[in-house]
Amino acid sequence: MSNQEKLIVVGNGMVGHKFLESLVEMGQAQNYQITVLCEEPRAAYDRVYLTSYFSGKTAEDLSLVSEGFFETNNIELKLNCQATELDRTNKIITTNQGEKLSYDKVILATGSFPFVPPVPGHERENCLVYRTIEDLEAIKASAQNGKVGVVVGGGLLGLEAAKALHDLGLETHVVEFAPRLMAVQVDDGGGALLKSKIEELGVKVHTSKNTQNISDGDECFHKMEFADGEVLETDVILFSAGIRPQDALARSSEIELGPRGGIQINNHCQTSDPDVYAIGECALWGGMIYGLVAPGYNMAKVVAQHLTQSGEALFEGADMSTKLKLMGVDVASIGDAHARTEGSLSYSYTDEVNQVYKKIVVSADKKSLLGVVMVGEAEDYGNLLQMVLNDMELPENPEGLILPALDGAAKPTLGAGALPDTAVICSCNDVSKGAICCSVQDGAKTIGDVKSATKAATACGGCTALVTQVMNAELTNLGVEVNTDLCEHFAYTRQDIYNIVRVEGIKTFSELLEKHGKGHGCEICKPAAANILASCWNDYVLTDSNIGLQDTNDIYLGNMQKDGTYSVVPRMPGGEVTPEGLILVGQIAKDYGLYTKLTGGQRVDLFGAQLHELPEIWQRLVDGGFETGHAYGKSLRTVKSCVGSTWCRYGVEDSVGLAIELENRYKGLRSPHKIKFAVSGCTRECAEAQSKDVGVIATENGWNLYVCGNGGMKPRHTDLLAQDLDKETLIKYIDRFLMFYVKTADRLQRTSVWMDNLEGGLDYLKEVVLDDKLTIAAELEEQMEAIVGTYQCEWKTTLESPEKLKRFSHFINSEKKDEAVQFVEVRDQIRPATKEERVNKEDLIAIG
Amino acid sequence: MSNWTDVCALTDIDLDTGVCALVNDQQVAIFRPASSGSLYAVGNFDPIGEANVLSRGLISDIKGQLTVASPLYKQHYVLESGKCLEDDSVSIPTFEVKVEGQRVLVAA
Ligand code: SRM
Ligand SMILES: Cc1cc2nc3c(=O)[nH]c(=O)nc-3n(C[C@H](O)[C@H](O)[C@H](O)COP(=O)(O)OP(=O)(O)OC[C@H]3O[C@@H](n4cnc5c(N)ncnc54)[C@H](O)[C@@H]3O)c2cc1C
Ligand code: SF4
Ligand code: FES
Repeated sequence: MSNQEKLIVVGNGMVGHKFLESLVEMGQAQNYQITVLCEEPRAAYDRVYLTSYFSGKTAEDLSLVSEGFFETNNIELKLNCQATELDRTNKIITTNQGEKLSYDKVILATGSFPFVPPVPGHERENCLVYRTIEDLEAIKASAQNGKVGVVVGGGLLGLEAAKALHDLGLETHVVEFAPRLMAVQVDDGGGALLKSKIEELGVKVHTSKNTQNISDGDECFHKMEFADGEVLETDVILFSAGIRPQDALARSSEIELGPRGGIQINNHCQTSDPDVYAIGECALWGGMIYGLVAPGYNMAKVVAQHLTQSGEALFEGADMSTKLKLMGVDVASIGDAHARTEGSLSYSYTDEVNQVYKKIVVSADKKSLLGVVMVGEAEDYGNLLQMVLNDMELPENPEGLILPALDGAAKPTLGAGALPDTAVICSCNDVSKGAICCSVQDGAKTIGDVKSATKAATACGGCTALVTQVMNAELTNLGVEVNTDLCEHFAYTRQDIYNIVRVEGIKTFSELLEKHGKGHGCEICKPAAANILASCWNDYVLTDSNIGLQDTNDIYLGNMQKDGTYSVVPRMPGGEVTPEGLILVGQIAKDYGLYTKLTGGQRVDLFGAQLHELPEIWQRLVDGGFETGHAYGKSLRTVKSCVGSTWCRYGVEDSVGLAIELENRYKGLRSPHKIKFAVSGCTRECAEAQSKDVGVIATENGWNLYVCGNGGMKPRHTDLLAQDLDKETLIKYIDRFLMFYVKTADRLQRTSVWMDNLEGGLDYLKEVVLDDKLTIAAELEEQMEAIVGTYQCEWKTTLESPEKLKRFSHFINSEKKDEAVQFVEVRDQIRPATKEERVNKEDLIAIG
Repeated sequence: MSNWTDVCALTDIDLDTGVCALVNDQQVAIFRPASSGSLYAVGNFDPIGEANVLSRGLISDIKGQLTVASPLYKQHYVLESGKCLEDDSVSIPTFEVKVEGQRVLVAA
């Protein structure tokens, strides 16, 4: 033990943590005695997604620490612990908690801090920065008492901060010193377009503004005074005027710094003291501070290899190309965006109608691409980035790269095949084309497989489209035909069959089989077809032509239990039920000796009903005003609700009322898998809407719509699809969302998995549902209207048909019951007898 | 052999579904696949799920063999032979069944 090297990592931010993960992955962590000093009150979290904290992500969601990481790997983590002194002579670090820790090697991963310009008044209350979760909490608190917010700085982070203020409901301004936004990444043309797009979204942009003083305001908390004499009143000020490397420890211990700060490092990321490394945003390499996470991750790997002498990776600079979505606007910048290369030429394209700006910078000989700027549309980012990074030859007419494709003319794209194996496809995780191909050769067949094998596309997601292209190309290369056939009877995917049924107006399985399938059908394609037919035409599920297609539960309109009995689940929309309703349900349970339990879906389940009892039970329920709860169907289950504004002192909207309305609207809709909703009356979220397929949460400004959550086997929190909606728009969006899911998902694919496999992800879904990019919104709404208009309670219909009721008995030729169905009593109710109990006839109870 | 029991009318069995009949104290599942002119009769007890439920399973064509998929855990039993496709060691009994004058007769 004692001969282990002592390693101290100062800072547990994104990069410091990546370093620890690299050590663990290399199997090297156990060779060191590792202590991590973390100044923040929590271990590493995803700063890149910090803003999502405002849209409902929690500190836990953002955490980068896998469960038990520190414990299993024997790494000591000290929270709230700041390193205050680095004594290199005695090799001791002192902390703010007064400890003195000796070390053999130190890794400085102290990141950076926001630069606050020394304007008089900058230290006033409600003058804040944007870097940590605590900062965000402070922003939220001060936004609550204010109406106006100003962000000082119109760079990448400033715009992100502006979006956050805007989302918090403040009238938002961005004040930028330079004459354009995002001066580092984009040129004048791009900056101008970006400004107009952002102003369209309701954020006011003031460029060429130099703040000179901040004092008490008349209307608001502060008054900002600018060099040009103008003033702006605001309640909250966020400084986002750049970052400064956190190099205090190195400075006081006389480690070499850059002329303007930053800890100097070599290609191994060593500082001027070979026992001290520096990585991430505190490190200065080749005169550059890299304010992005990918270069920092690279440094982390380099140090892990150098320290353990297990590799020869070097840090040799990094590409600063970026693609972002800022306030919903795509912005991308690659390479020499400002055409600074000697003799370079540029092409630009401005489309004021669709608000798109694109520019490419090419070399003097027009052979290679040097830089790109895109605002408003950046779909080709991946392709163009690869062209720059791999110095690939330009097509003859380079302008084709940014001009919109005219009818018929194919865009000059590079197929994934053209890329060299060394091309880095995912820069966040440094995954090359070669590595992706290898994973495919080792058996990966889906984007999910490739993600888990290589980690590609698991950070910012910007590379997803390209990773998919590379994967598909390699699959084709290998001659792997990806078999997406539904089953041996249909050489189509579920989506194909759905479209065929819609387009050809097919109404029965036999017609579908005859025209497009072979054989006689099986337990996969029959229920899938029944489900699709119901999604499209909504006919009664037990018609003569449908009945033979229904799976176990649908065919008897109840869930079969382990002993062959059924459960009975009446619908209780929104979880609301009258005392009379409860008494009726209770009386029925009593009369038939059924086991009763409240479900996880806010309603009552009655278990142990035998086939012949189902019609009688349901007759009494239907007479009492209940409807089927579809607990058996691949369809809408429940819409959970919290009590909401009618009773709750915090409620801002009537969540129960909306839940009931939604449940009644979508009940009976057959879908690829079951669908669950919930509605909460305020952000306390008592209905757990953020774990549902569709979640709705009331805010002061209307309803927020969340989608694609899941409990179950692999929980997933929802994504925010749209916010501050009125009820009409909310319902319109849900209609579109659900029908789009019904149209495009695979068989038995919950919305969560569907979303994870949806190319383009949430952004794409927003384009389809909110912006109607595919121009199918009207059609989807119409299809939903048709379903809503043809709803029927399947139990009610069944009870009206003596023919159908004949099937509800255990024997076709006898009134007898199934003797194997036996119960014993537990906690005053029944449960199925075990095999031994049945055989030995122990404690069996007689049921009426 | 020829102790046939009349169990129901042919129309009592919806096309492509099954019913259960009680024949000499045995539970018999009778299926009426749409794809074949004939009926099939097998035991109603699912030896894997351990319940009397097979008549309520889906008729399923697996590589040209007509089977019933258990409603509990979806194992396939071949209607002709009673063999379980997923587990060699398991099978269910089969019975003779015929239609006479629109009535269904089973020998068990
Ligand atoms: C009755 C109930 C448990 C209870 O006593 O509370 C229940 C019971 C069953 N669940 Fe569930 N689930 C019940 C709430 C849930 C919940 C909680 C919720 O809805 O808030 C979940 C997690 C939330 C979610 O789905 O995202 C849940 C996740 C599952 C899953 C896993 C789904 C997944 O995507 O991972 C299955 C399996 C499946 O569907 O493939 C499942 C499947 C089943 C089945 C249908 C299994 C089966 O085939 O026999 C159970 C039969 C129910 C019956 O006989 O009535 N049940 N099940 C709940 C009925 C709610 C209702 O009122 O309709
Ligand atoms: C809102 C926001 C959005 C961003 N978006 C992107 C993006 O889209 N793409 C991208 O590539 N990058 C983005 N970034 C930048 C990215 O987050 C950083 O590049 C990354 O976090 C750098 O990691 P780091 O470990 O060097 O620093 P940090 O993550 O800042 O970690 C440094 C840690 O060290 C601690 N520390 C400092 N001094 C001491 C001490 N003396 N003792 C103990 N602990 C100490 C700090 O408290 C901190 O926890 C964004 C940043 C922000 C704030
Ligand atoms: S979510 Fe809010 S409104 Fe609804 S019950 Fe809970 S606290 Fe009340
Ligand atoms: S480039 Fe960010 S996840 Fe791949």
